[in-house]
Amino acid sequence: MAQKTETKKAGLPAVDTELARRLLGDMMLIRRFEEKAAEAYALGKIGGFLHLSIGEEAVAAGATSVLRRDDYAISTYREHGHCLAKGADPRRVMAELFGRRDGLSKGKGGSMHLFDKSVNFLGGHAIVGAHLPLAAGVGFAINYEGADQVCVCYFGDGAVPQGEFHEAMNLSALWKLPMIWICENNRYAMGTSLERALAQTEIWKFGEVYGIPSEPVDGMDVLAVRDVVGRAVERARTDKTPTLIEARTYRFRGHSMRDPAGAVYRTKEEVEREKLRDPIALFRDKAIKAGWLSEADVRAIEKDVNDRIDDAVAFADASPEPPVEWLLTDIYKED
Amino acid sequence: MAVMTYREALNLALREEMKRDPRVFVIGEEVGLYEGAYKVTQGLLKEFGPKRVVDTPIAESGFTGVGIGASMVGLRPVIEMMTFNFALLALDQIVNSAAKMYYMSGGQYNVPIVIRGPGGPAHQLAAQHSQSMEVYFYHVPGLKVVRPSTPMDAKGLLKAAIRDDNPVVFIESETLYAVKGEVPEDPEFVIPLGEAIVRREGRDVTVVAYMGMMYRAMEAAEELEKEGISVEIVDPRTLRPMDAGTIIGSVRKTHRAVVVEAGAGFAGMGSEIAAFIMEHAFDDLDAPVERVTGANAPMPYARGLERAKTPSKERIMEAIRRVCYAERS
Repeated sequence: MAQKTETKKAGLPAVDTELARRLLGDMMLIRRFEEKAAEAYALGKIGGFLHLSIGEEAVAAGATSVLRRDDYAISTYREHGHCLAKGADPRRVMAELFGRRDGLSKGKGGSMHLFDKSVNFLGGHAIVGAHLPLAAGVGFAINYEGADQVCVCYFGDGAVPQGEFHEAMNLSALWKLPMIWICENNRYAMGTSLERALAQTEIWKFGEVYGIPSEPVDGMDVLAVRDVVGRAVERARTDKTPTLIEARTYRFRGHSMRDPAGAVYRTKEEVEREKLRDPIALFRDKAIKAGWLSEADVRAIEKDVNDRIDDAVAFADASPEPPVEWLLTDIYKED
Repeated sequence: MAVMTYREALNLALREEMKRDPRVFVIGEEVGLYEGAYKVTQGLLKEFGPKRVVDTPIAESGFTGVGIGASMVGLRPVIEMMTFNFALLALDQIVNSAAKMYYMSGGQYNVPIVIRGPGGPAHQLAAQHSQSMEVYFYHVPGLKVVRPSTPMDAKGLLKAAIRDDNPVVFIESETLYAVKGEVPEDPEFVIPLGEAIVRREGRDVTVVAYMGMMYRAMEAAEELEKEGISVEIVDPRTLRPMDAGTIIGSVRKTHRAVVVEAGAGFAGMGSEIAAFIMEHAFDDLDAPVERVTGANAPMPYARGLERAKTPSKERIMEAIRRVCYAERS
């Protein structure tokens, strides 16, 4: 695939130990969280649909690393990573997946509907394409209030053929909204490959159509994601220019737990080949080689992550079921 | 009190609420420069500027989603549907995003929006521009649905809808925009959502009707008065939440009920109202509840066919006579 090259780097600080620890830690936290969620699903503790982002962690970790805490993020139903990276408590995220009272949404939302107002994470939306106009509305509100926040909107390649993608791109360009549109192109919308869904498979080129900056990035390289999103955030914050980023990534697992292997529509060889681009392994090796982290640092991060996720699972397990009276609360807000 | 048209009453409500709360803004097709396809937003662009009176391209799902997203982070949009027929393009946003956000976020994000515009049968606008639209919305938990029949209600209910913390679907009518009536000028005059009103007191039969059908029922009641039948007319005003208490109270008094609706009858508003009358006032009824509904057909264009599609005064009168076991005079 042709890559549009960008030589200009974002005005971001150089990588140091602290940043490397954060990036690796966030990616490993997401990975461990989802591995444990898959186990819990197999045990029947999580029901319904469970969509894992294993393999795609660099996008959430890299993008979030250039955001302020008061910036907004909004996502799809494959959003555990985006929500965790934004700062949500893994215990409350896991409790939500378990359908328990201490979940972020009191157990009413589940895996596909994570919301955390305390970190400006605006959901968890499960109709493909529908949250893009919502995201544009957040950008609209930022401008309306004269604020300097930005809004990051994650979506998959499956949203690109939807009309709402095009409506949202047009409105964000027309109204100069402080948006960072991040398409996580994992090449399959459920089981439909990019080539079977889009006449234009270079998704970043749709940005050119709407007259906004756009570029593809290696979504398995957390530093590359950080750099391209960093530049987009600068543009959005300083002059309200929206950006479309196509992060080329891959999900190592199936579409959902009901498609565990993802074997019908892609080859085993392809999956194994893509696993060689594992964003966590790549960055870990790079960080050790560059001297940002030692082997001992990596082991310490791993232990910390494992402890936190074990704690999250224990917390979710111990959290009670929501009381049945909650069926009829939170339908209308009454003052 | 001032006498003004239904259209002017809506316009006044918008202006008062925009003055009262800087978070309120109007967004939709042709609401600004064109001053509204039906002139409901006339003068607003001049008074409040383009930041708060936002013209959009034709992208109903897009701009409805923009309104919902903006409301999640603190704004209070009034989204105009040029006609409610176009709201079907935004049905996913209204049903799946707006109505459920508060619930699926466990009470973290409410959606204080109003989606307003004209709907219902209009004059020879044919199948795609002339139909009762409330049915698509009042089924949905999380939405409120308003159908204001008079200028006073248009003002008072729109103000309540804008101040409400939930998504409100507010469906006006092309055929009522020019209707004149008395409207309080007090900017704090608000009609709470969920309160029905008795439009006409009577002893013998309760007729439930709203919008154009309410006016038609009123004419029928005047004629039947001459035959000695005393008709009480209840206008629900808000369809969700429905003020069942006022309707049941009226039926307990008259012991008979006729429900009139412009839309096709199958699984319509009349079915719901007839069902809860049966559930709550069965022992008070002296006759089965009658429904007078639009024909189960799309809206035709030809004038004669169009007339036959929507309940006529005569059909309403016949139904009232039947439940009163009265012979035609």
